[in-house]
Amino acid sequence: MSKHTIHVTINGTAYESTVDSRTLLVHWLRDDLRLTGTHIGCDTSSCGACTILVDGKATKSCTMFAVQADGRELQTVEGLEQNGQLHPLQEGFHEEHALQCGYCTPGMMMTGLALLQSNPNPTEEEIRVGISGNLCRCTGYVNIVKAIQYAGKKMREEQRSPVIAGEGGGE
Amino acid sequence: MIPDSFDYVTANSVPEALALLKEHGDDAKILAGGHSLIPLLRYRLAAPAVLIDINHIDGLEYLQETDGTLHIGALTREAELDASPLIRNRYPILYETAKNIADPVVRNWATVGGNLAHADPANDHPATMLALGALLVVEGPAGKRFIPVDEFFGENAFETTLQAGEMLTEIRVPAPTEGCGGAYLKLERKVGDYAIAGVAAYVRLDAAGLVTYAGIGLTNVGPAPIKARAAEQSLLGKPLDEHTIQQAADLAAAASQPTSDTRGPAEYKRAMVHTLCTRALNKAHARATGGA
Repeated sequence: MSKHTIHVTINGTAYESTVDSRTLLVHWLRDDLRLTGTHIGCDTSSCGACTILVDGKATKSCTMFAVQADGRELQTVEGLEQNGQLHPLQEGFHEEHALQCGYCTPGMMMTGLALLQSNPNPTEEEIRVGISGNLCRCTGYVNIVKAIQYAGKKMREEQRSPVIAGEGGGE
Repeated sequence: MIPDSFDYVTANSVPEALALLKEHGDDAKILAGGHSLIPLLRYRLAAPAVLIDINHIDGLEYLQETDGTLHIGALTREAELDASPLIRNRYPILYETAKNIADPVVRNWATVGGNLAHADPANDHPATMLALGALLVVEGPAGKRFIPVDEFFGENAFETTLQAGEMLTEIRVPAPTEGCGGAYLKLERKVGDYAIAGVAAYVRLDAAGLVTYAGIGLTNVGPAPIKARAAEQSLLGKPLDEHTIQQAADLAAAASQPTSDTRGPAEYKRAMVHTLCTRALNKAHARATGGA
């Protein structure tokens, strides 16, 4: 077994940690850093509950070792809310009632975030394909799709008038 | 489960990866996208002593069409095939394959080379590359060599003809010429599940509409990826019509060796090979003659 010192930026904060080579990224996030917003579902890359962003790419953190994250930038669900302000995705899930038990929600939101970053105005079909690797066992997909549409709309509006993003607002 | 203990090393270049493979021998496994390997480690179906992470190698992720050949770097992510206009416009069979692999999040990491080198008959690229007649570029202690894809897979799952110390570095696919067309069709219970059956078909027709090349590969209906040679042979020199397609589908179904499991009885899977082969050949025909 080998141990490795890794440097990882998570939600803008730099972390240094020593991990076993076999420590999975999701376990390091949850057990070592106590960032428990990222959930563990199937543990074998089927369900998507553990989805986070690694260098901007949606990634199932149960299927990557922590050591592989060395030098990379991660975003987890904890990073969505900024200064007490819910992210449009969080607001969308709230407004559209897109969670029942809520277990899949962090993964759904992170997959939704990556989707909206690469495709700001996806069709319903594109959203459904985009989240096809994230399972909701309450089967509440209709409202999850609506929530991502809600977030997409709001993010596009913020792009046009970035009042919320900056203190001063406008250009 | 947590994987058994292993050492983790990174390679920053192909020569470095080869040196590490030489140093660690059979105890080492290459870690590319990891979306087949890591679940295997987690189930403890594999327990290599060393993982060689090749994700930091620059210059192994590319899609380039030059001199009548599509060059695919072994580390190219499936998501790149998915997003590439070149693939979508020129290689619909590869676009359909990428779209069918696992799910979009997995495809962000999963690699074309890994999908082949893992040699799981349930993987999708083996069938497609068998249909396309791809050539695999392998590097090892003795330098570079080329393996036609139909000589790459063993008789059992997870077996390849890669020698000790060798790694797959590139996949070469003949670029389409006039009269070429292909398709990949897969039947699955849900996104991300293994195929019930999958069929890749690729054809080239001459000016008179007669078949000058036919490639047919089958997914997850046998102990290893299957090239339906008799079905391919049956089409050569003939037009693609209802009769010849029916005959090829009969031969492809006969070449399949499915087993009964939770995805259905063997008889059903064989029938699905027949159906998918018929549809794939019809689609390949339409594409070869300028249709969609």
